[in-house]
Amino acid sequence: MADDRAGRNLPPLTLHVPEPRFRPGDAADFTHFEIPPAGDSPRPPIDAAPDDMRGHSYGLVRVLDEQGDAVGPWDPRLSPDRLLRILRHMALTRAFDERMYRAQRQGKTSFYMKCTGEEGTCIPATHALDRGDMVFPSYRQQGVLIARDWPLADMMCQIYSNSGDRLKGRQMPIMYSAREAGFFSISGNLATQYPQAVGWAMASAAKGDTRIATAWCGEGSTAEGDFHSALTFASVYRAPVILNVVNNQWAISSFSGFAGAEATTFAARAVGYGIAGLRVDGNDALAVYAATEWAAERARGNHGPTLIEHFTYRSEGHSTSDDPTKYRSAEERTAWPLGDPIARLKAHLIRIGAWDEDRHAAMDKEVAEEVRAAAREAEKQGILGDGMHQPFDTMFEDVFEEMPWHLKEQSAQMHAEREAAGI
Amino acid sequence: MNMIQAINSAIDVCMDRDPDIIVTGEDVGYFGGVFKATEGLQRKYGKTRVFDTPITECGIIGVAVGMAAYGLRPVPEIQFADYIYPALDQIVSEAARLRYRSAGEYTAPITVRSPFGGGIFGGQTHSQSPEGIFTHVAGLKTVIPSTPYDAKGLLISAIEDNDPVIFFEPKRIYNGPFDGHYDRPVTPWAKHPASAVPEGHYRIPLGKAAIVRPGDDLTILAYGTMVHVAAGVIADSGVDAELIDLRTLVPLDIETIAASVRKTGRCIVVHEATKTSGFGAELSSLVQEHCFHSLEAPVQRVTGWDTPYPHSLEWAYFPGPVRLGQAIKRVMED
Ligand SMILES: Cc1ncc(C[n+]2csc(CCOP(=O)(O)OP(=O)(O)O)c2C)c(N)n1
Repeated sequence: MADDRAGRNLPPLTLHVPEPRFRPGDAADFTHFEIPPAGDSPRPPIDAAPDDMRGHSYGLVRVLDEQGDAVGPWDPRLSPDRLLRILRHMALTRAFDERMYRAQRQGKTSFYMKCTGEEGTCIPATHALDRGDMVFPSYRQQGVLIARDWPLADMMCQIYSNSGDRLKGRQMPIMYSAREAGFFSISGNLATQYPQAVGWAMASAAKGDTRIATAWCGEGSTAEGDFHSALTFASVYRAPVILNVVNNQWAISSFSGFAGAEATTFAARAVGYGIAGLRVDGNDALAVYAATEWAAERARGNHGPTLIEHFTYRSEGHSTSDDPTKYRSAEERTAWPLGDPIARLKAHLIRIGAWDEDRHAAMDKEVAEEVRAAAREAEKQGILGDGMHQPFDTMFEDVFEEMPWHLKEQSAQMHAEREAAGI
Repeated sequence: MNMIQAINSAIDVCMDRDPDIIVTGEDVGYFGGVFKATEGLQRKYGKTRVFDTPITECGIIGVAVGMAAYGLRPVPEIQFADYIYPALDQIVSEAARLRYRSAGEYTAPITVRSPFGGGIFGGQTHSQSPEGIFTHVAGLKTVIPSTPYDAKGLLISAIEDNDPVIFFEPKRIYNGPFDGHYDRPVTPWAKHPASAVPEGHYRIPLGKAAIVRPGDDLTILAYGTMVHVAAGVIADSGVDAELIDLRTLVPLDIETIAASVRKTGRCIVVHEATKTSGFGAELSSLVQEHCFHSLEAPVQRVTGWDTPYPHSLEWAYFPGPVRLGQAIKRVMED
């Protein structure tokens, strides 16, 4: 068979390996980005057929224009009060991240992950949901808990794995669980939460409930099989779920091209599944709010799931274990053409006369103080750097509802071991 | 009842008592499952409680975890245990650890049912016994029945249990016990006392083994199909062997096992799965740990070979009467 081809003088095949536009030392130039003007995208009825919405998977829903005005059919027309609450939650999240990042650098905990630059995604989205709606987050949605006014000290106790950690020191920092906040336990295995969110939504529908579910993952994680299983289930059963993809351009050091971004958008993943897809300016809090509100109404009206791609940028490193200067241009962050989500919302609020620089500066001080106070409270219950805070017995608890003999035996063995060693 | 009917009856009884039980899986709805284990359930309980799924095992279990987080008790079917691997991550990293990692905030009371084991000319993709993979995972219970009566009682316990349970059904004995002589006709369950299965609710507790046949000279530890193979071999061997059906691998009934081996001084463990790192290795270790001073011979393992499951050479792979018979001789001579 090989001989058939031998005489055909074919050019050798070549393998395409994606490469980001800029590497360290390169100037970042985003002029190739086509950014549609704010207000350009039509707002379909909530029961629109996915087929009629294809354009929304390739466009970009934007509300805030360059001057900070809210324009077009997606303007959610929120009260200044609501906008200020969203702004505050965004600022609080940034302050929280700053403080916890520093805490990690000071050796108070092992690890931390910031969401800097992405505050415009999950925070406005959470505001557009009902409190009873269930969130299946990835690890960069601390803003969901903050937008639900979850105690910061509780989150910090988890980060410190201290005696106040509701998870008994079992999870890595930031892998929160808060059932009362409708916040699912975070897994370190990427995208596993996606089918789980769909399952929760299906259960809610099967029970005739009115609550819906949301899932979050990064664009890199969309390559996981779980993501595609979840979309299949969501489509087949018209699950009342909102599937969020935060496209922050980077998955650790791999740019979005390695998840398929050179070929299409992430919102367009929806097209093949017959799901409504919306691509949204993720640095535009109003656009994100509006898209989520639309998707939530659609889900609640039994019109099925929506996939929302939040087009944004990860301003900081992937985590405290990462050095982004090793793989991307240092200029990217400042050259990012969609701006900073907090600055944009702030400009809008000033524009409508509901805010000013002084009040903003005062708010920044307040949220920093709020975070500081929470940290003091949490640190009273210990920090990871001080060693182990959980009673040793807890290690064997919760493996099963009731402890079987082999775990009892191992627990006793551990105690005997420590006693024999004089510790 | 045969084992399929007993399993069907167990799910039926549970669904009738608890509206939160939901049955999902490939072909389980209208059609009632490729082995008919869920037959009639959709008609009785409706399409929102019993329904077909797309062919994505990862999705089936992932969705079940989410349903469990909502408060339902899903009983997903994986059509053949050989296809459980795509779902492995959702079982191992998610369902098994949810209670632990959330310190009890969330639990996963899921019963994953799946036909397993060989002896039906299913080749290497319809014959595997992957129980050892799951017994190795903290947070999972693993249950394997060997009779219709046990299948129903154990499945009811599994479904009512608040932890995730892997429930492997030995498909070789769905329709009748099997003595390992593949050329002999299978006796239908109807002639077996364990086919007297009550219609209503009863439980067999997880973690309790059954002494199938008492004996003084040798202990044989088996589960699933191998219980019947062992029973046949014991009858032919003239050795007074005590046959223990483990029924649950995790949690394991160590007391019954240890008491038996201390009494008999000899032990053989039997399973269809490949030998290396199989559950037999665990059993043999436990026996050494608990009964070393009573042992009069090394513990023997009788298992499938460390090869993929072959199609045409199935009966050379299967740990049947010849392999077990020789092991009994070896152990008794020591
Ligand atoms: C199944 C799995 N594979 C690999 C990893 C290691 N890992 C952690 S985060 C990450 C990058 C994820 O990128 P993305 O989904 O884009 O999310 P982002 O961090 O950008 O928010 C990788 C590869 C993991 N946690 N889980």
